[in-house]
Amino acid sequence: MAWMKDPKEFWSGVLFMVFGAFALLVSNGYAMGTAARMGPGYFPRALGALLVILGALVSLRGLRVEGESVPKFFLRPLIFVLGTVVVFGIVIPYTGVILGTLLLIFVSSIASHEFRWRSALVSGIVLAVAAVLIFIVGLKLQLPIWPWPWNQ
Amino acid sequence: MDILSHLAMGFGVAMTPINLVYALLGVLLGTLIGVLPGIGPVATIAMLLPTTYALQPVSALIMLAGIYYGAQYGGSTTAILVNMPGETSSVVTCLDGYQMARRGQAGAALAVAAMGSFFAGCVATVFIAAFSPPLSEFALKFGPAEYFSLMCLGLIGAVILASGSIIKAIAMIVLGLLMGIVGTDVNSGAQRFVFDIPELVDGIGVVSVAMGLFGFAEIVSNLESKEKREVVSSKVKGLWLTMAQFRAAAPAVLRGTALGSVLGLLPGGGAMLSSFASYTMEKKLAKDPSQFGKGAIQGVAGPESANNAGAQTSFIPLLTLGIPENAVMAMMVGAMTIHNIQPGPQVITSNPELFWGLIASMWIGNAMLVVLNLPMIGLWIRLLTVPYRLLYPAILLFCAIGVYSVNNTSMDITLTAVFGLLGVVFVKLSCEPAPLLLGFVLGPMMEENLRRALLLSRGDGWVFFHRPLSAGMLTVAIVLLVITLLPNIRKKREEAFHEETA
Repeated sequence: MAWMKDPKEFWSGVLFMVFGAFALLVSNGYAMGTAARMGPGYFPRALGALLVILGALVSLRGLRVEGESVPKFFLRPLIFVLGTVVVFGIVIPYTGVILGTLLLIFVSSIASHEFRWRSALVSGIVLAVAAVLIFIVGLKLQLPIWPWPWNQ
Repeated sequence: MDILSHLAMGFGVAMTPINLVYALLGVLLGTLIGVLPGIGPVATIAMLLPTTYALQPVSALIMLAGIYYGAQYGGSTTAILVNMPGETSSVVTCLDGYQMARRGQAGAALAVAAMGSFFAGCVATVFIAAFSPPLSEFALKFGPAEYFSLMCLGLIGAVILASGSIIKAIAMIVLGLLMGIVGTDVNSGAQRFVFDIPELVDGIGVVSVAMGLFGFAEIVSNLESKEKREVVSSKVKGLWLTMAQFRAAAPAVLRGTALGSVLGLLPGGGAMLSSFASYTMEKKLAKDPSQFGKGAIQGVAGPESANNAGAQTSFIPLLTLGIPENAVMAMMVGAMTIHNIQPGPQVITSNPELFWGLIASMWIGNAMLVVLNLPMIGLWIRLLTVPYRLLYPAILLFCAIGVYSVNNTSMDITLTAVFGLLGVVFVKLSCEPAPLLLGFVLGPMMEENLRRALLLSRGDGWVFFHRPLSAGMLTVAIVLLVITLLPNIRKKREEAFHEETA
């Protein structure tokens, strides 16, 4: 892509412009007010406009000045790390700390290049016990220990 | 001798058994994460923030502060023994510290790092005690216009002293300010950017933002490449210095302490900037600069003292002005807010035992670090041999439970994961996340002060230039910005950062 000399800069700028435009669009619905009596829409709209301008400057620089390309994204760690955490948050009230920990440790371990299921399982068990001791016994967090049918 | 009586009260608070335990816990945790690469103080403080709910505010802050300066100690250990910076502030320690270790002087390198840090910590503690009260008294005279200008200056300063593209960093601040606005508007009660998600009514939690951008994103990035780590000198003996080494190191420690204490005060300053600047200075002042990079003891002594001094004095703007100057201080703002303490000049007078207790605990924590860490180095080295594939799931688990426990909702974890994804995108695009976190924390304060200033002036925007103090700060901010954007200086600045990281 010869017209885009610095893809990193260019796409950073695009990202900023998207965020800025989004903020402008949403805060359009908030009362603007006057400078003396600022409404809830005043500050966000000013920031949104500023972000669009800054983003445009960054992107323009990306078109003119030579730079680096954007490194590629690796899906495996993204899915197994972030995805597992989201699932953990949703199921924890039902699975309890022990089962939830085993699940989180085991599945998130798959993200590594050197996944070994045996050591993942062992560390899951150790950490499940540690989590119960630290968070429930020690810090007294309001979380169930056991899975749903037994956690009443 | 007001300071002495205040310090005495501070030690009274910090020496209570419970606070001693939390100081110890803080510095131990700090050393641990300092030793382990891949998790920094920001993510750790975010992880522990929820667990401090039940504590006294002063105990919570003592522990969290201990994590920050403890990490500076731990970071040097990894840098010297493994040639890998445990923290960004130890990057330059690798250069000469590792070379010393390869020459069999690991013990001397570790000893000088620890003792330099201790000395710097003591000086910085006195520095904070002496400078904070007058500064906060001065800041009490600030009106909303001054505060708004001060925040502008702080944010601009933070951007200029950080590496990387300035426009991008400013855009990151603005993005952070926008994210800080999410939630219910205090003035009108209007809900902004809430999108009918009940968990967003009270705003996005600082824990989610920090843990996503600094914790999760880091883990994902680390997992993209295969790990390579080897501990070279597993046997460390002779944790002491020869007379010649001591004589070479002492002036560097003094210079590093002075430099770090001052640089810690600047916006964007703190541990990292101080250590880089100190290394450059030592190299310039050395009789034989060619020794640098080959195991010069000054190259370890200076930066290690400087980063500890800088880590501590960066508390001054937070405690006196209420302005965080780096990402760790932004987390401290979060910690104070959780305990219903509004950071600012009134903290010294309204919570004297908190203020002086925290300062005294820094000295105690530093003493603990020296006493504990030198004998425990063997243990820390053994920890380094735990492979990352076992480590990161455990970090994830603690993060996830920590975030969940803030409000007991799964929405917070999802939000953190979204910030994690955003953080990965930022890493790929070389956008620094620290300015975003600063903007995020300052966003609500900035809007509030802007509003009040303009309300008082009846909508006249020139109010910021009519009041001398405010005008002065804004002028400095604008001049700084223009100077750094001039082509010549920009080139120099890029070269400077390049040289330091190369």
